[in-house]
Amino acid sequence: MSDINIKVEHLTRVEGHGNIIMNASNGQIEKVQWQISEAPRFFESFVRGRAWHEMAHITCRICGICSIGHTEASLKATEAAMGIELSEQTKILRRLIKAAENLQSHVLHVGYLVAPDLLGVDSVFPLIATHPEAVKKIISLHRLANEMSNLLAGRTIHPNCMIPGGFTSVPSDKEMRALKQKLVDAIPTFLDVAEIVLANAGALPNFTRETEFIALTADDEYALYDGDIGSTDGGRWPVEKYLEITNEFVVPQSTAKYTKHARDSYMVGALARFNLNYDKLSPLAKEWAAKFGLSPVCHNPFMNSVAQLVECFNDVETTLAWIDKLLATGMDQENICTKYEVKAGRGVGATDVPRGILFHDYTFDENGICTKANCIIPTNQNHNNIQHDFEALAPTLLDKPEKEIELTLEMLVRAYDPCISCSCHYLDVSWKR
Amino acid sequence: MSKPRVAFFDFASCEGCQLAIVNLEEAIIDVVGLIDIVSFREAMKEHSEDYDIAIIEGSITRPMDVERIKKIRAQAKILITIGACAHLGGVQRLANQWTPEENKAEVYHRHPGGTEHTTDANKFFNQPRQRAVDEVVKVDAAIPGCPINGTEFAKVLLALLQGKSLPIPDYPVCVECKKNENICVFELGKVCMGPVTRAGCDSACTNRGHECEGCRGLVSDPHMKAQTDVLEKYGLTADDILRRKTTFTYRYEEEAQAQKGGE
Ligand code: SF4
Ligand code: SF4
Ligand code: SF4
Repeated sequence: MSDINIKVEHLTRVEGHGNIIMNASNGQIEKVQWQISEAPRFFESFVRGRAWHEMAHITCRICGICSIGHTEASLKATEAAMGIELSEQTKILRRLIKAAENLQSHVLHVGYLVAPDLLGVDSVFPLIATHPEAVKKIISLHRLANEMSNLLAGRTIHPNCMIPGGFTSVPSDKEMRALKQKLVDAIPTFLDVAEIVLANAGALPNFTRETEFIALTADDEYALYDGDIGSTDGGRWPVEKYLEITNEFVVPQSTAKYTKHARDSYMVGALARFNLNYDKLSPLAKEWAAKFGLSPVCHNPFMNSVAQLVECFNDVETTLAWIDKLLATGMDQENICTKYEVKAGRGVGATDVPRGILFHDYTFDENGICTKANCIIPTNQNHNNIQHDFEALAPTLLDKPEKEIELTLEMLVRAYDPCISCSCHYLDVSWKR
Repeated sequence: MSKPRVAFFDFASCEGCQLAIVNLEEAIIDVVGLIDIVSFREAMKEHSEDYDIAIIEGSITRPMDVERIKKIRAQAKILITIGACAHLGGVQRLANQWTPEENKAEVYHRHPGGTEHTTDANKFFNQPRQRAVDEVVKVDAAIPGCPINGTEFAKVLLALLQGKSLPIPDYPVCVECKKNENICVFELGKVCMGPVTRAGCDSACTNRGHECEGCRGLVSDPHMKAQTDVLEKYGLTADDILRRKTTFTYRYEEEAQAQKGGE
C-alpha cells in the first residue's frame, strides 16, 4: 500500500484557521491530527477593566457569524450578575433574533459551504452557472434572514441595539407584519432548497462513532435562547454548573482550548440539539427530519448539516408564532429597556448558537467593572470530538485515493461548521509525503 | 486588459468583515464582474498564489503571522485592509495592556496543559501581541469599521480599480447622524463618540438609538479636548473616558504613550 501524507493548510469554507494532518505508511496511520493555528486574541484577559455596558459589544467580536449569540449570552451573564429582569416583549424579541441568526448561519453553511461538496464542486461560484435557480433561492433566503436580524437587532454582524435590560429601539407593528409576510412567502423557497439538498444527500458519508451530545434543553420549547444544560447520556444541570461539563484543557496543536465531559469528547451544535430536543421541534421540522431519515439519537456527524436544515423549518414556524404573540398586544415602544442598578456580582449566561452551546461568565465589582471573565465557545467544545472522529474515520479510508481521503476529512470538519475564529479561530489538510 | 486577480486573507479577526462582503449578496456580483476572485477561504476551496490585489482582514499577532503578511505584500501589487482589526488592531489590541505572558497566564494557565503547551517554543503561541497591518507592511488603502460597511467596500474597490481617489470620508459620524435626522443620544442621557469618529457607516449605531463606540477610528483632526470636556460634563470619570476612547482604538493610546516615553 502506498504511503499517505496529507497536509491541508487553512481548510477552506470554514470560518477560521484549521489544518488537517494525516500520515500513513504500510496501511498504518502514523498520525492524524486536527490543528488550530488561529492567532490567540485573549478576550478573557483584556475584558478585565471594561464596563458592564460594553461587555456584549466587545465579546460579540469573538465571532462575526455568531455575534448575535455571543451578544445574547453576554447580556444574559451581565443581567444575571446584576439581577436585571426582562420584559416579556424583550424575551420574545431575543428569541426572534436568535432564530434569525440560526437561519442566517444555517442557510449560509448548507447553501454556500456544504452544497458545493454534495454537488462535487469547489465553491458556490461555479454553481451560479450550473444551478442558477438554486443559487438565487439560497441567496434570497440568506438575505431574508439578514433582513430579519437587521430589523430586530440593528445589524446582522455585531448587533448594535441590544443592551443590558433590553433594547435601544424596537420595530413597529407595521415592520413586524411585513416581516411575517416575507417569512410566509419564503416557505415555498425553503421547501425547494430542502428538496435540492435531499436529492443530493446520498453524497453524505455514512460514518458513525458513538459520542455524547450536549445542548441547552427546556420543557416548553426547542431551546436556543434559554434552558438548562442537557446530555444525551442523561443528566440536566443549571447553566451555572457549566464548568462541571466543559472541563477545558490545553493541547499543543491548538490555540483553542479543548473540552471533555464523561467520555473522551462530546459534540455540540444542531445535531446535538436535534438529538436531545427532537420532541420539541415544530411539525414541518419533524416532517423533514423523517424525509432525510434523521431520527434521534443519530451518531453520524455528517448529518449535522441535515439537522441544520431541519432547524431552519423550526425557526420559521416558531418565529411566525412569536410574531403573532407580539402583534396580539402590539409592540410596546416605551418600555424597551428595564431600569436597573449597577452592582457587584457574578453571572453566567448560556445560549445555543448555530454551532452549539455557548457560555459567558463574568464577575463585576461594585462599579460594574469586569474583574474576571470566562467564555466557552461551541467550536472549542467540538475540536476534541473532531479529533476523535478523525482517529475513527481515517483507518477506514486507507484503501481510497489520497484526494478522496482528503475530501472526506475536509467534509467531516465542514459538517461541524466550525467557526474557528470563535475558538480563537482555522482549517488546513496537510499530506506529508 | 485581463481582470485583476483578487485574494482574501484573514489574520486575527472574527471574520465579520469577510461576512459583510458575503452579505452583499447580489451586489457583490457587480464587483465580481470586474475582478477575478482567486482566493476567498471563507467561501471557496479554490486557491491561487497568483494575485494582484490582496484584501486583508485581522490584526497581526505572532512572528508566523508577520512572515505570512510579508509574503503576501511581496506578491500583491495593491494591498487593502478591511476592518478595525487590520486598521487599528481591533478590540483585541486591548490585550496589549498586559505582557504576552500575563495574557497567556489569564487565559490558558488555569487549565490542565495550559502552562506547558503555550510557551514561546510553540509557534502557535509565540509572543502574541496585536498590531495593525500598516505597522508591519505598507498598506495602500484601509477600510475602517467593525465590521466594514459592505457598500463602502464595494465603492472603495471600484475607485481603486478606476484609479480614482478613495471615497472614505474625513468628517465625523455626527454629520451622517444629523443627515439621518436622528435624535442625538446625548439628549437621551447617553454619551457618544460620534463627534470625533470618522463617518462612512451612515451612523449605523445612532440610527438605532445606540451610542457610537468609535469603531471606525478618529477623523484626522479630532476635537479631542472638546470631546473630553463634554464627556466630563456628562459625569464620566477619567477611567470611563479612557474606556470610551480605547474600545476599538487602543492603538492611539499606545502611540501616545510611546511618544511620551520617547520624549
Ligand atoms: S474589524 Fe470587527 S468585524 Fe471586522 S474582522 Fe475585526 S472584529 Fe470582526
Ligand atoms: S448621536 Fe452621536 S453621532 Fe449623532 S449627533 Fe449625537 S453625538 Fe453626533
Ligand atoms: S456609529 Fe460609530 S460605532 Fe457604530 S458603526 Fe459607525 S463608527 Fe462604528
